[in-house]
Amino acid sequence: MTITIKAAIALGGLLVSGLGQTAIAGGPVDEKLVIDDEFEMITRTAPPEGHPLDEVISGWHYRKAETRALEADSFQNPGMLYVERGEEIWNTVDGAAGKSCASCHGDDGEFLKGLGAGYPKWNASAGKPFNIELQIDACRQDHMEAEPYKFDAADQKALTTYIKHQSIGMPVEIDLTEGDMNAWWEKGKETYYTRTGQLNLACASCHEGYNGFHIRADHLSQGNANGFPTYRLKQSTMVSLHNRFRGCIRDTRAEFPDAFSDELMALEVYVTWRGTGLSVETPAVRQ
Amino acid sequence: MATPKPRVKVPKKAAKGDIVTLKTLISHPMESGQRKDRKTGELIPRKIINKFTCEYNDQLVFSCDMDPAVSANPYMEFTAKIEESGTFKFSWVDDDGSIYTTEKKLTVA
Repeated sequence: MTITIKAAIALGGLLVSGLGQTAIAGGPVDEKLVIDDEFEMITRTAPPEGHPLDEVISGWHYRKAETRALEADSFQNPGMLYVERGEEIWNTVDGAAGKSCASCHGDDGEFLKGLGAGYPKWNASAGKPFNIELQIDACRQDHMEAEPYKFDAADQKALTTYIKHQSIGMPVEIDLTEGDMNAWWEKGKETYYTRTGQLNLACASCHEGYNGFHIRADHLSQGNANGFPTYRLKQSTMVSLHNRFRGCIRDTRAEFPDAFSDELMALEVYVTWRGTGLSVETPAVRQ
Repeated sequence: MATPKPRVKVPKKAAKGDIVTLKTLISHPMESGQRKDRKTGELIPRKIINKFTCEYNDQLVFSCDMDPAVSANPYMEFTAKIEESGTFKFSWVDDDGSIYTTEKKLTVA
């Protein structure tokens, strides 16, 4: 008798999971991201208060098995080449003041631990949120007396990748209580839900309403920022968050704002918040 | 990326007769020669790694030719049967004639 009941329960379980799979056909895969068979990443988590989705899911779950495997092996991950390059830059003197990043912050990575998980961060003197790229430029100008990087310069991407990689595995959590962060968050939210371009799409149209579905051959994720800068196989190089923002906006056939403009900084604050609790995966590997 | 930088992963020790897995990755743009410069409209000249070899104690373990369709930062993984201690020598040959090499020692316990 007991056996029959057990069998019935097992069958019931199968049916339920079967239905669940149909409902999210092509949705996020049910697997775990463990880097080098050692470090387990948080790739699914409960959303922060006020989040529109039931679960926050990393883009890793939406990629093909081969792409997922690349990220799970830190040797195979081509993004690690840029982490190494970033470390070189960190320790290299540049500018008139004769300083490197390491001159002030040390070269053991201790200073950077967890730092990347908390960006963008309120910068009181500038009166706006700073992401890692803006912080690097501020340091270069104020302390190193060096030129700021041009947007998406190879060194800017490598250094940003190195800095954020020092927080790998740590959950994303940005501080919205500082300064006017809440107002920027609101502004970013408005951008996220505003339809734009000839195709009349908002970020939410795809990444909230249709994540898990296909947009032509591409598999839509929730569009979280935890893996940025990301190694994209399509470009065969690191792709910064603002590059990706601009790419998405361009694809709606709208005019896209400048990188690090107030509009995109607000969007970065809001989008990063949407991925609260996910592990920093930099350098993530995506399609 | 300025100078291509090879990375290899080889076990330090193996038992006689073991089959070990070797992983290699090199930073390289692998410019196919078919893309155009967005501003000038001119073809960007081809610059790829066209040959890769791996030798163990001067004996060829694995080699391959690469063509323009290979993506940037090429990754290679292959195996070798180990009979004695020695040194792996990995070389990548660039279109411009430069050769990037790196070596790793392996000891048979």
